[in-house]
Amino acid sequence: MSLRSDLESGKFVITAEIGPGKGTDVTEIAEVAELLRGRVTAANVTDQQSSVMRLGSLATCHLLVDHHLEPVLQMTCRDRNRIALQSDLLSAWVLGVHNVLALTGDLPHLGDHKDAIGVYDLDSVQLLSVISRLNEGYDMMGNELQGKPDFFAGAVVNPGADTEASFDLQLFKMEKKIKAGAKFFQTQAVYEPDKFARFMKRVEGFGVPVLAGVIPLKSVGMARYMNKNVSGVFVPEETIQRLAAAEDKTRAGIDLCAELIRDLKDLCQGVHIMPIGWEKRVPEILDKAGL
Amino acid sequence: MLRSKQKPFEEILRYLEGENRVFILGCDGCAQASGTGGPVQVAEMKSKLEAEGKTVTGTDVVPFLCEKALIKSRLARKAKAVMSADSILVLTCGVGIQAVAASVNKLCHPGCDTQNLGGSRGEWPGSERCAECAECVLELTGGICPLTACTKHLLSGQCGGASKGKCELSPDRDCGWELIYHRLKALGRLDKLSYLAPPKSWAKMAPDPAIMSSPEYALEMPAVKEASGE
Repeated sequence: MSLRSDLESGKFVITAEIGPGKGTDVTEIAEVAELLRGRVTAANVTDQQSSVMRLGSLATCHLLVDHHLEPVLQMTCRDRNRIALQSDLLSAWVLGVHNVLALTGDLPHLGDHKDAIGVYDLDSVQLLSVISRLNEGYDMMGNELQGKPDFFAGAVVNPGADTEASFDLQLFKMEKKIKAGAKFFQTQAVYEPDKFARFMKRVEGFGVPVLAGVIPLKSVGMARYMNKNVSGVFVPEETIQRLAAAEDKTRAGIDLCAELIRDLKDLCQGVHIMPIGWEKRVPEILDKAGL
Repeated sequence: MLRSKQKPFEEILRYLEGENRVFILGCDGCAQASGTGGPVQVAEMKSKLEAEGKTVTGTDVVPFLCEKALIKSRLARKAKAVMSADSILVLTCGVGIQAVAASVNKLCHPGCDTQNLGGSRGEWPGSERCAECAECVLELTGGICPLTACTKHLLSGQCGGASKGKCELSPDRDCGWELIYHRLKALGRLDKLSYLAPPKSWAKMAPDPAIMSSPEYALEMPAVKEASGE
């Protein structure tokens, strides 16, 4: 079982996200890896998520390989130029990291080093082209590689774009990402299965597996914060009210997430759980969802 | 002043593929001084395009193409020639091309690349900004620069950070790619969004040494050499 073989054989695939912490303490990563192994096909490791400086994605992915949990290296274009991006890709391959998710990356301004320059030497579509080129045995300048990788590359799409222009732009970009070599997609967090079903209808012709992103709600405040500040994420008021009415918010958050996964299950080829601090509760969510 | 250089003629012809009628617009300011878009170069471009079988519906050289009020008043006099063209070829800097694209509901092709001056910038009255990237990409974007309109200078389209048409940097800032989308939609050219843009050559943004070899620069050199102990 691997992410590539499972997706290619049309299996329903579960992935989860791990966010490394700030510092060198990797105890929790080891614990989470043990808990997730066997429950998810692969685990994404975020790359300086929200532009907050942390332990790197590549090193963390390598730790996951040691724990026999298949990693997906998230790679943003924010912090590295094309030389570093290509070099880190080669490094990832020799460290046993075989999946990569190409992203643009949030602006540095959103994080904890607001004065940093955002590199964006390449963008996500161009990065996918570069990965395809490395897989063919060449760097982006056409120089031959001594030994080549064989990455399984993926990308992201935002199905909840909130203007007509943005929705169209997302579809145009998704098609370009496929042309550039994306073999699977993981989406921004989804909370409305009906809307997501309409999105899937639009992209089914693309013929590339889509894993619906889900974020378990930990509190009413978190839901409201995301509605206000996170692009493409919309938690319906009804869901917020159900959480507000619950005595045990943790229980309710897990139940709501499991219910959502059950609703999304038949619409796409997998789910991608982004637990944001609730990594250890992923097995519980999956139990509840019957997966 | 912004310095420009005409794009290779073959590239301009590629932009005009499938179009027969073109209006040529030059600028009597910086582009005239750069020798890229003054009356002489506009006339030359007219004959070259006609030799390629294109119909030039008209030409004009506006004193400053970075001034949108001026563009509109000048082109109003030639409205028929402008509107009967398939597109406008603009021979000037990135600011001027964008200012024309913002003023006329017509596809505008960039005829020049704007050269980097290594720090000093011109001054103009509008909101258009040119990064002086020496590799103008306005052809892909309906005449709105993705390097300056998008805070991540993305060439392939909108990122996931836009919300309600605004940039993730601030709700006061428009998402550049949504502006590009609306412009291309109005022009009936959303097909341009499918183009896979190659990575940019940032190396071209290094200023040409020739720019720094002005007479003033030559006068400075002995003093610099003396100071560095050569």
